[in-house]
Amino acid sequence: MMRTKKPARAAQYAALTAYLVFLAFPFLWLISTAFKPARELGSLHPTWIPKDPTLDNFRQAFDEQPLLQAAGNSLIAALSAALIAVVIATPMAYVMARHRNRVAKAATGWVVISQAFPFVLIIIPLFLILKNLHLINSLLGLIMVYVVWSLPFALWMLVGYVRAVPTELEEAAAVDGASKVRTFVSVVAPLLAPGIVATAMFAFITAWNEFFFALVLLKTPEKQTLPVILNRFIGTEGVADLGPLAAAAFLATIPSLVIFAIIQKRITGGMLAGAVKA
Amino acid sequence: MRTTPRRASRTAPRLAAALASLTLLLAGCSGDSGDDDGKITLQFQSLAWQKESVDANKALVEEWNATHPDVKVEYIQGSWDSVHDQLLTSFEGGEAPDIIHDASDDLADFAYGGYLADIGDLLPERLKADIPRRSWETATFDGKIYGVPFLQEPRVLIANAKWLKKSGVRIPTPEKPWSWPEFRAITKKLGDGTDGKYGVAWPLKEPVSATLNLSLSTGGKMFHRGADGKVDVRFDAPDQVMPRTVHDQVNVDKSASGTTLGMGGSDTLPGFFGGKYAMVPLGFSYRQQIVQQAPKGFEWQVLPAPAGEEGLAQGVSPQTLSVSEDSAHKKEAAEFIDFFLRPKNMVKLARGDWMLPTGEEALKDPALRTEKNGWSAGTALSEDLRPAPAQSVRGYPEWKDKVATPALQEYYSGAIDLDELEKRLVKDGNLVLARYQR
Repeated sequence: MMRTKKPARAAQYAALTAYLVFLAFPFLWLISTAFKPARELGSLHPTWIPKDPTLDNFRQAFDEQPLLQAAGNSLIAALSAALIAVVIATPMAYVMARHRNRVAKAATGWVVISQAFPFVLIIIPLFLILKNLHLINSLLGLIMVYVVWSLPFALWMLVGYVRAVPTELEEAAAVDGASKVRTFVSVVAPLLAPGIVATAMFAFITAWNEFFFALVLLKTPEKQTLPVILNRFIGTEGVADLGPLAAAAFLATIPSLVIFAIIQKRITGGMLAGAVKA
Repeated sequence: MRTTPRRASRTAPRLAAALASLTLLLAGCSGDSGDDDGKITLQFQSLAWQKESVDANKALVEEWNATHPDVKVEYIQGSWDSVHDQLLTSFEGGEAPDIIHDASDDLADFAYGGYLADIGDLLPERLKADIPRRSWETATFDGKIYGVPFLQEPRVLIANAKWLKKSGVRIPTPEKPWSWPEFRAITKKLGDGTDGKYGVAWPLKEPVSATLNLSLSTGGKMFHRGADGKVDVRFDAPDQVMPRTVHDQVNVDKSASGTTLGMGGSDTLPGFFGGKYAMVPLGFSYRQQIVQQAPKGFEWQVLPAPAGEEGLAQGVSPQTLSVSEDSAHKKEAAEFIDFFLRPKNMVKLARGDWMLPTGEEALKDPALRTEKNGWSAGTALSEDLRPAPAQSVRGYPEWKDKVATPALQEYYSGAIDLDELEKRLVKDGNLVLARYQR
């Protein structure tokens, strides 16, 4: 095995550290702002550590907006969308990956192109469809939109994972007498687990952060999701109620961080499991 | 080869259970059905966002509901960001709220698109008489009234009071404001950047509305409507006074900081509190942030913006209340608006948003005449507020985004000269407007 020389390794670590600091900067600034009193927010020389830390921003955020309810709505919408998207996308991806004919190629192309449609192009017809289904101001309607919206990319991701699974494994299962369905469930699906988890994570984060569909489709505060509620801290000409906004935004990142931490272990575990041969 | 049939056999029932749970969960999430009790329910989408303002809105809705058992108003919270797209979608989908809170410069497209009701005949004389004609003009298109203008804010100069006093400059009043040349000379005296201190900080991240609205003081209109109803852009001498002043402050006198040109109003406040800038031109409602964030002992005051041949005139786009064309209860919606905008209620709304009411009765309220937090200085400007020059011009948003914003940003920073600015605003601008006026 080739060994990395010490100066090169030091440079690698320095680059990695710089990159991590760069990535962490907005989040650390958000935390810092969330705990600062209003007068410190207006300081010409802001400090990382608040001089006079306060929980007032959190109190105000909770007083003014139904954050917990909104977080619950976001969680229901994002988890449901992620689960349904992978349940639908996994068998579709298998078919598209294993049957490489014109139809599959055209389907893949269409999936990629559909990602380029701007929101405003589809929102009005979508709104009309959901209205006819009596699904305006309904989390069910929003979940359907999120599934449709995340499905193409989920499909595209999973097609790549399916193609990475050697066909020899399926051939061996067939020789052992396994049916197509049994082969998919017992052989392919377990090996796809890391990909399925990663795809679910993508669908979850997409839905968790989505703003525009939720804004347009959900009217009453009891149904609205976190991004819509967070937007209420912003007023005319982009003026923001910065302290409570930072506090609320900080809280809004926690569920996705926790879920990501849990799922990351599963992704790693799944990859390692796939790497070990009996 | 190792397969995992046992794991798969455990996973399948779990998956089925999860899907069953999800189905039950989703069943519980479906939309509300409408009221069947025969009472009228009006949806009122408010864009109030500051706590005092939201509280005032909700309290008025509660008061209405308590006194009007047959017409219930349902408060819906909207937000300024993306309100146009959200409303457009709702209009197209036939799901718009009955009563709509917006800004007058957003109404033209909705009014011409047939989404808003002409409420001219539904409003009582009391309300019509209470709001001056100049304010009604902001929400009147083709002679029809599509909204009731009720809150507005002038652009004012927020000044470091100690700094101004120490410098010995003449303090302007609404009766004797600074002229634009005097304003330039004074900012030069207050600070030329040599020790990091500037006479003024212009937050011009969105330069177009500030430029157009303040140019009204010198008679600048920029948009000229011909006898055929078509609008063309001109950049005549009256239009050039305000932009040239800012340009020269930044690039010739160095009395204005070049770094704030790309900032929003809030971004300049730390520098203002930190003693870098003697003055910042801001909307009247920014006083709330100043009260919240200013260091203890920091003394500030509200001054009128500079005046020109037209005095203190400046353009504004008031907040408005409109009724959806699709509303089945337009009369009741107009009655609610009348209740909502009674003078005492207008005062509550104005105080909640730190803005000025349009209603003349409300403007007389002592709470809006107090010197505390600059209220009286702003109230004194109310008679000089005019409709923003561009708000009824179709194609204005595209002209603003594609032509005027980059051109003004380059001019203010010194990248282009006045001739080039004129060429872009007029030549390129008229090409854009022409597409909307065929």
